[in-house]
Amino acid sequence: MADKPIQGEKRMFVTGNEAVAYAALAADVDIMYGYPITPQNEIMHYYTRLAPKYNKPFLQTEDEISAGFTTVGGVMSGKRAFTATAGPGNTLIQESMSMAEMMRIPTVVVIMQRGGPSTATVIYSQQEVTMTCYGANGEGIRVVYSTCNHQELYDYTIKSFNTAWKYRIPTFVLGDGYQAKMRESLTMYDPATRGIEMVNTSPFVGLPGTAGVDRDPAHLRNTYNTEEELYEVVSNLVADYEKVAPEIVESESFDCDDAEVVVLAHGVVSRAAVEAIRELRKAGIKAGHFRPITLRPFPDQELKAVANQAKKLLVVESAQGQFAKLCQHSLYGNSTPMEYIFKPGLGITSDEIMNKVKSML
Amino acid sequence: MTVTTVMEPKMPKCWRQETKPHKFCPGCGHGDVLKALGTAIDELGIQDRVVFGCDIGCSLLSWDFFNFDTIQAHHGRTTPVMTGVKRARPELICIAYMGDGGGYAIGSQHLVNAATRNERIFVLLANNAQYGMTGGQMAPTTLPGMKTETSPYGRDTDWSGNPTLGPEMVAAITPDSAYVARGTMSNLRQLTQMMKKALQNQIDGNGFSFVEALASCPTNWRTNAAKTWEFVEKEMPKYFKVGELKVPAKKEG
Repeated sequence: MADKPIQGEKRMFVTGNEAVAYAALAADVDIMYGYPITPQNEIMHYYTRLAPKYNKPFLQTEDEISAGFTTVGGVMSGKRAFTATAGPGNTLIQESMSMAEMMRIPTVVVIMQRGGPSTATVIYSQQEVTMTCYGANGEGIRVVYSTCNHQELYDYTIKSFNTAWKYRIPTFVLGDGYQAKMRESLTMYDPATRGIEMVNTSPFVGLPGTAGVDRDPAHLRNTYNTEEELYEVVSNLVADYEKVAPEIVESESFDCDDAEVVVLAHGVVSRAAVEAIRELRKAGIKAGHFRPITLRPFPDQELKAVANQAKKLLVVESAQGQFAKLCQHSLYGNSTPMEYIFKPGLGITSDEIMNKVKSML
Repeated sequence: MTVTTVMEPKMPKCWRQETKPHKFCPGCGHGDVLKALGTAIDELGIQDRVVFGCDIGCSLLSWDFFNFDTIQAHHGRTTPVMTGVKRARPELICIAYMGDGGGYAIGSQHLVNAATRNERIFVLLANNAQYGMTGGQMAPTTLPGMKTETSPYGRDTDWSGNPTLGPEMVAAITPDSAYVARGTMSNLRQLTQMMKKALQNQIDGNGFSFVEALASCPTNWRTNAAKTWEFVEKEMPKYFKVGELKVPAKKEG
């Protein structure tokens, strides 16, 4: 039996789905539960080829509802478990994630967004932002990392297990069809060689000893009999989340310090934004780019700081304002004018962003 | 001189005394079904290995019933949660407890697929022929002509189909190594034996185990003690035949 899937560091030219499968194994995942849906299938394809070499099981469930709940069961039994899905599968998996949110089950789910509503296209979209951040019948107590390239898919898949288990908060890696299917190069690494220690997992059930004899049983429930009891539980949950959010939140900015127009984008669209800013700067136009890496919790303070000094903001996304709503909510009270490029399901080029920025000056 | 003898109710050892009396309505079948389960587990001596999952619906009131580690899951989703536990920790004895709604309606795809995959878990289903917690609506197991809140003139099978025969279905789709039976709260000795066999089947690593237990709901049936018992003992078995449907052959050697 092989020791580790990645020894030291390795430069590889792979698809995003392959990067996720390798990252999960590098993170010493114990088990994957999954159900096929495009564009995330190859995560399972690569996992099922690699994982048996490291004695890691996989279960193909009957649907995504089951994939979510079996993942919940795996995590509660103390294993580093995960699943991956997309689109309509993301819709189905949200039921289990409401349980995970409320019961603080450190599930990890990789989402490769596809077009919607309903089934729509399978290649690309950013239309699963609202659902991934707030999709369950709860308050959105979860962490959502929006990646923009394969390196980040690898990095944040590893990180998601640590975030989930450290804080006991369900954690999502939000990619998209382009990231899932295209190939690019990245550096894969054994987390240990970079000083990344995987947070230990521990069981919620199946604990040592005999309940009622030498310990109390773990009675884990998600049902509350009175409104007051529920209010207390949810209030504590929200308070805990808000307390750790500043430690979790991540964002990036390029050339924002003196920028007149700041482009707000996340995920793969931010790559077009970075390119646009580079070209605009060459042409002497003061433009910058701000990208939240965590969509939940949202980098409110960081965005406000950028927005307060900018003359105008431009929100660019491949959805009809799902990301813009997060920005608007975050910027409540700020009066910097905001304009938009909304292209649900379509890719966005740097030229489009450049032209729009120029028209705003 | 009159000697008064106070009989202590005999409860399974694995029941959690702190949570008794339990939360079910007086006359509810869940208490008896869970008594049979507790007795079976006591007799097998596996309390330290059991993880108990309960569904939404009245069965959720068993969330603190036993001295077992327990997960109360969403409606219909107890089977996949316990499948997830078992796949990750095969040494644990996983029991998914649910009602007829959780097993035959909202969770039927999970029951069918867990059975087909021959998951090494024990699904225990209490069949009381209607939905108790939501106030007595029609269930997949409501008998023909039976009145419920959503079949106030009696279940019309032309309109709503026939009652689900769960064990018959599970027996048909499972391999020979599965254990499938239907018991009743009106014969607790037999029901306990069925549960022991179901659990032993999991302990032996053979395959899927499924027991349906006919159970009462005097609240929503609007029956008194005598009529409740009559319905469980006489009416329900006319449609739902009590007995073993699949018993794995003993392994040779």
